[in-house]
Amino acid sequence: MQRIGVFVCWCGSNIAATVDVERVAEAVKSEPGVVFSTQYQYMCSENGQQLIRQAIKEHNLTGVVVCSCSPRMHEATFRKTAESAGINPYMVEIANIREQVSWIHKDIEEGTEKAIILARTAIAKVNLNAPLTAGETKVTKRALVIGGGIAGIQSALDIAEAGYEVDIVETKPTIGGRMAQLDKTFPTLDCAACILTPKMVDVAQNEKITLYTYSEIEDVKGFVGNFSVKIRKKARYINEDACTGCGVCMNACPSKKGLNEFNQGLNNRPAIYIPFAQAIPNIAVIDPQQCLKIKNGKCGLCAMKCPSNAIDYTQTDEIVEREYGAIVVATGYKTIDLDKFGEYAYNESKDVVTSLELERLMNAAGPTKGTLLRPSDGEHPHDITFIQCVGSRDTSGCGKPYCSKICCMYTAKHAMLIREKYPDVKVHIFYIDVRTPGKNYDEFYRRAAEQYGVDYIKGMVGKVYPQPNGKLLVQGSDLINNEQVLIESDMVVLATAIEPEPSVRRIATLLTTSIDTNNFLTEAHAKLRPVESPTAGIFLSGVCQGPKDIPETVSQASACAAKVIGLLAKNTLKGNACVAGPDESMCNGCSVCANVCPYGAITYVDKEFRLGGGKTETRRVSQVNQAICQGCGACTVACPSGAMDLKGFANKQIMAEVEAICKR
Amino acid sequence: MEDKYLLSDVKRYSGTDTSACMRCGKCSGRCPAYNDMDIKPHQFVTLIERGDIEKLMQSKSIWTCLSCMACVERCPRNVAPAQVIEAVRDAVVRQQYANKIKAEDIPAKIDETIPQQLLVSAFRKYNK
Repeated sequence: MQRIGVFVCWCGSNIAATVDVERVAEAVKSEPGVVFSTQYQYMCSENGQQLIRQAIKEHNLTGVVVCSCSPRMHEATFRKTAESAGINPYMVEIANIREQVSWIHKDIEEGTEKAIILARTAIAKVNLNAPLTAGETKVTKRALVIGGGIAGIQSALDIAEAGYEVDIVETKPTIGGRMAQLDKTFPTLDCAACILTPKMVDVAQNEKITLYTYSEIEDVKGFVGNFSVKIRKKARYINEDACTGCGVCMNACPSKKGLNEFNQGLNNRPAIYIPFAQAIPNIAVIDPQQCLKIKNGKCGLCAMKCPSNAIDYTQTDEIVEREYGAIVVATGYKTIDLDKFGEYAYNESKDVVTSLELERLMNAAGPTKGTLLRPSDGEHPHDITFIQCVGSRDTSGCGKPYCSKICCMYTAKHAMLIREKYPDVKVHIFYIDVRTPGKNYDEFYRRAAEQYGVDYIKGMVGKVYPQPNGKLLVQGSDLINNEQVLIESDMVVLATAIEPEPSVRRIATLLTTSIDTNNFLTEAHAKLRPVESPTAGIFLSGVCQGPKDIPETVSQASACAAKVIGLLAKNTLKGNACVAGPDESMCNGCSVCANVCPYGAITYVDKEFRLGGGKTETRRVSQVNQAICQGCGACTVACPSGAMDLKGFANKQIMAEVEAICKR
Repeated sequence: MEDKYLLSDVKRYSGTDTSACMRCGKCSGRCPAYNDMDIKPHQFVTLIERGDIEKLMQSKSIWTCLSCMACVERCPRNVAPAQVIEAVRDAVVRQQYANKIKAEDIPAKIDETIPQQLLVSAFRKYNK
């Protein structure tokens, strides 16, 4: 039999104005197990807590019920209080008589009655409570960053700076991501490569950071502090240690018709290539789909020309298995497919380009060496029309319902750069709204309109007609002047919506973390835990969590690193004490619990059971990894044989509470 | 009072939710009959939102709209301006014959040869 003390809190007038606290304290005295009951103005105050400690000692209490505010507010406080007085913290229960009683009722009579019922309910539960202890697990002091764009780079650098080992896994042959493809960055117009490549070099030179480029995540097992990850290092067909990145092979290769991914497919590259001049690592890679030697065994020119004998056509994929304490997801974005937007003639005319393609067309390392030329005929354009919100804010099903956030700013940037470099070019921008919140952002946009004479047209383009003379006729509305306009342009630039890199779906499944309807990874709390995933030990960095620009991405990446460092700094992790566990004698090994577990905490083992008389039988029973279990209770509800139970919220405890509520 | 019912009827007949409009103007950007319209496709949506049904019913545009549905096809918010125009046009067509049958006229019209059903439906159609 428990010896229970009941402590009724006034919460000043918060509770006491609607609940007769003295009557509550008096009414519960006759409840089974209750040996002491009192009330006080502020239980959470130091004096109130002292009152609890004293009562525990004086009356030899084994259980405590506090009738106060929501357990979300002060459960932890009162558990600590009880612990300091020598009883197990899980022997404390809270009856919420503030949020559930005094704040929602006006009538004292009704409120008091309900408060007594809730107190009685908590007492019924404490009678069945048992002391619980949270388990401990070790933390592997190494982090994994998935994605080597600016988000992944910044997170990795910050984690390494704190002294922890970090591995970056990047699917492309080089790190750098989307930012490496950009020409200039807003709002300062400094060149993207100039600020990004030093960071890439830092990554390469940092002895705490290991790079796995041209690699993919194959499998993830384990839980916070103890992830075990398989990484597939795809065959580069190059001996990485031997290659010096001299580029001789690229000139030797006769198969030069591969689409250059770094230039968004605007020009071609050989089958053996280094993505761009500042690539990290500066090592060639062979595209096996394109290489004549790998495809049909005839060629081998690059191997002949390679001065360092680095080429190995027989290389195969390699699987590396490593342990990590924390995982950062920084998988980034791509621009959406424009197949559903036939009206903009993107697939009909080469002169209709996406903004990301325009970045390459303006960049000194791009296909035109930085001179802006019309892709169809290489002529200098005289009139360029930009269309914003292409596929963004679209609920018709063709595009994305969200605002891509970066387009207003980069379109202003493009317009400004073009007007600066080629003052003879007319620039029109069709916009729905110009959204430029952020430090120096609106000033930047206004500069484009006021100082650079960019023609901002409030309205939307209905159709782009490629003309026989090679020009593009843009038909759109000008809502301010209430007229329909026709503009003959040389080029049309589409501010294409961005979406999460599609591979994130697979990654999210492997990590058992959640994604929203737009494939963005879900954060643990939209406002207060924006860089953590709901799955412990998984952190979110960059656009994989939601559209954002470079400054925001870098801030988030550093915030993410701080969270990772906080985790890796711990030697052990205290688990959740309220975990599930099966009654093995009742478990029939049906797997229902393993299928509903959102955290992957349940596995199955074959176990030998004694049947008596010296006989044994082997049965398949479920096993809960207590370090992963978050105590959600899904398995206890799903278990068809009632074998699964949750410590601290056992079926019989819940039933006792229900009975206490129903009892008159 | 009558206007209020008219407005809610037109909204209902249009089968579309005009509040989803984000004022992008893509409908008017594509409309092939734009220059022959006094009230433009995007204004049909905004004026319905504002409840200004009278203005729309007197508009020339309801007769110049080609019902080509380009605006419906292009609208990124599924607002379907052509369906709003169609609903207004329908309201006008119905209203033109509003006085054709009055309740007190009906007894005089009843004779052996006219099915009663015809009078009931005519009354319903033209007098509401």
